[in-house]
Amino acid sequence: MKALMFGWEFPPHILGGLGTASYGLTRGMWECGDMEITFVIPKPFGDEDRSFAQIIGTSQTPIAWRDVNRDYVESRIGKVMDPDLYFRLRDHIYADFNYMRTNDLGCIEFSGKYPDNLLEEINNYSITAGVIARTLDFDIIHSHDWLTYPAGIHAKQVTGKPLVIHVHATDYDRSRGNVNPTVFNIERDGMTHADHIITVSNLTRQTVIEKYGIDPSKVTTVHNAVVPLSQDLLDIKMPKGKEKVVTFLGRITMQKGPEYFVEAAAKVLKNNHNVRFVMAGSGDMMEKMILLAADRGIADRFHFPGFQKGRQVYEMLAASDVYIMPSVSEPFGISPLEAMQMGVPSIISKQSGCAEILDNVIKTDYWDIDAMADAINGIISYPALYHQLREDGLAEVNQITWEKAGRKVIDIYKKVLENK
Amino acid sequence: MKAICFNFEIHQPFRLKRYRFFDIGKDHYYYDDFLNDDIVTRIAQQSYIPAAETLLKMVEAGGGKFRFSIAMSGVAIEQFEQYVPEFIDLLKRLADTRCVEFVAQPYAHSLASLADPDEFANQIKVCCEKLHSLFGVTPKVVRNTEFIYCDELAPQLVALGFKAALTEGAKHILGWKSPNYVYTAASAPKLKLLLRNPKLSDDIARRFSDTSWSEFPLTADKYIDWIASTPGEEQIVNLFMNLETFGDHQPATSGIFQFLEALPRFAAERGIDFLTPSEAVSKIKPVGELSILHPISGADEARDTSAWLGNRLQNEAFNKLYSVAERVRLCDDRRLKQDWWYLQTSDHFYYMATKHMADGAAHSSFSPYETPFQAFTNYMNVLADFIVRVEEQYPLSIENEELNSLLTTIRNQAEEIETLNKEVSSMRKNIEQYNIEHRDREEVPAEAPAKAKTTRKPRAKAAPKAEAKEPKAPKASTRKKKEE
Repeated sequence: MKALMFGWEFPPHILGGLGTASYGLTRGMWECGDMEITFVIPKPFGDEDRSFAQIIGTSQTPIAWRDVNRDYVESRIGKVMDPDLYFRLRDHIYADFNYMRTNDLGCIEFSGKYPDNLLEEINNYSITAGVIARTLDFDIIHSHDWLTYPAGIHAKQVTGKPLVIHVHATDYDRSRGNVNPTVFNIERDGMTHADHIITVSNLTRQTVIEKYGIDPSKVTTVHNAVVPLSQDLLDIKMPKGKEKVVTFLGRITMQKGPEYFVEAAAKVLKNNHNVRFVMAGSGDMMEKMILLAADRGIADRFHFPGFQKGRQVYEMLAASDVYIMPSVSEPFGISPLEAMQMGVPSIISKQSGCAEILDNVIKTDYWDIDAMADAINGIISYPALYHQLREDGLAEVNQITWEKAGRKVIDIYKKVLENK
Repeated sequence: MKAICFNFEIHQPFRLKRYRFFDIGKDHYYYDDFLNDDIVTRIAQQSYIPAAETLLKMVEAGGGKFRFSIAMSGVAIEQFEQYVPEFIDLLKRLADTRCVEFVAQPYAHSLASLADPDEFANQIKVCCEKLHSLFGVTPKVVRNTEFIYCDELAPQLVALGFKAALTEGAKHILGWKSPNYVYTAASAPKLKLLLRNPKLSDDIARRFSDTSWSEFPLTADKYIDWIASTPGEEQIVNLFMNLETFGDHQPATSGIFQFLEALPRFAAERGIDFLTPSEAVSKIKPVGELSILHPISGADEARDTSAWLGNRLQNEAFNKLYSVAERVRLCDDRRLKQDWWYLQTSDHFYYMATKHMADGAAHSSFSPYETPFQAFTNYMNVLADFIVRVEEQYPLSIENEELNSLLTTIRNQAEEIETLNKEVSSMRKNIEQYNIEHRDREEVPAEAPAKAKTTRKPRAKAAPKAEAKEPKAPKASTRKKKEE
């Protein structure tokens, strides 16, 4: 089966969980065998793992005819795209886009990030998708997250192939209910045009059904999974002091519920002084959190080391005794799974999608700071609880593989194709 | 000649309230009264009371032919006394029929037999006393918590005066043997063993209202037929189950009460008798010895102690609890002792199980907690407070033995004081005697008695002083130890 996937991020150049999930899923589907996947992203860098999927960058896809020779193309973009593909794509330009700002190859430049003119970039991405859809041969279209829904719809309209959209998050999660109407419309448009919708948790599925008014029969949950960590990362040993460390890792924004962590920390510190709290990450609520920690008089034991990336994340986890994710609304939340891979017991909010599939974690309501404080104290004071969660958690998370998720997605493809 | 031996278990734990770590050291009340009241009253209304009424009816109708036994935990009795005393009255009426045998079990429905023989013996004794005071009976048969039993336990049970024990007919122990015989314990041949028939017991207790079961619906006729068709030489069928099977696990609407009530009639038709456990062991000859090296129980698929001590959490909580056992026995604070019992109830450990599949479902259906981790944290918080209270009584820095000897000294104070008092009073008498003699001899020159008085008086004074000082002295030494 051939699938055309539209995504926005792809490792190693990622900004959030979307890239990791896209990568894991694609790879998991490839491991199931008999899948040919083309993954479209705005801006490839050339160092992506291409062993299991063909990667096409919209930055290299021409939308306006330029008379260039093969050598020139080779020297300009050979690193990220096969020149033959460039010429094949050039043969499928479907309208005159010379009024748009294009470069010497007739391509639009993409940032591949989340710039201020994001909506314009989404639109450009969709234009380019039309060229790609006309060029390639595939059976099904798969769009990851709202940024690529317009591209998916476009491809569907051009080719008549079925469209599956993958909801990694909705605007309801990002905004605690104050949705941006433009984003909402793009999301809803994608959902109504889709032949099937995949959500990353039942929580998200419920949002899609209730808030976007979608027929439940065409929404299926496929929970995310994790890629096994390399031995190199697992071997990280950090010097452990006598004090216990409780860690929060993530964007310090309203969605992640950082204030509940600070309040719970204050409760723990009232009775137990042998513990430090770390809130790693950055975000629009960081200053507020620093002030809150100071107000509660725990600033000496509450630390803000800033944004962590790559290996630092795993070093941070290796030094931690407890990982906490008090998210107010989390479509899935892959970070506790990573903490469990590193053998760190986790506390997660019941409002997180990953709570649906995890057993060996402590789950509390995000607002229940008493329960959260009690859970933190329990893990750091009762070694049996720490070890039980650590070992069973490790065993559990190793069972959550992308291959299983990939298999489910392939089954959905088959069902969609049969109904066509 | 065949017989059915019924045993109905009645137990309800004191469920703990949500106890946060910041309550440690501040709040010493651990129980969720509302929840306990609610659960105990509900189960009593829909199960215990109608079941006991049915049994009473059956006994009265049977004219002494229908007999059975009941086992009750002390913690359950306490809750009935508190919340549904009418159930106790009903049990008293049952006891008066003399067709019911009461079987002893550890008062707190604890796992003490696995950790602390002294505690186990103590709880059995207290349970017997409680049963005696309420129903005027003296149990001769014992059933350890959840049928836990192993060879090690047998000699102790004999020493406690029991002639038989009830336990599980666990497949991995019996192998080809049948549970439908009386056995003796390998380590104490005086002790007879009655083994639960797991298949026939669970047909009622678990499968009765299961519509997906191939034998559904189960009728009394068919059921007695199964029992009658067991090999002729098998003389006893032990049906042990929780009393809440009737009306709770199997709802009244499933016809469970009618099923129960119909049993004696069909049994009579097939010539099957009913016996209480002690009648069974005295009437039926044992066929052989049974050796059980590792503890078995009636819980979960494994039929071992893994339902309560299967993971790290459970073992940690269990070991922490029993680490203060000796200490608590040295105390004589009544509330502390009461909490000590309530905290030992096996259910607390059952809630901490992390088993999956069918066992896991059974564990979580009974648990007031959402997850085993919550059960553990809550219990450990309570236990932490409890241990703080034990420490307040006697600091843990003193070794148990040392403490014990100090306590003996303190306790012996009373006797010592008494002997000293006696000495003092006899001295006084002597002095008075002397004075009288002195008066009698008034004509004797004044110098000699005066001398005698001055020498006697200080001694008379010294004696009461010693009386006041002595009991304090050893206490001071314990205090010193505390400071250390």
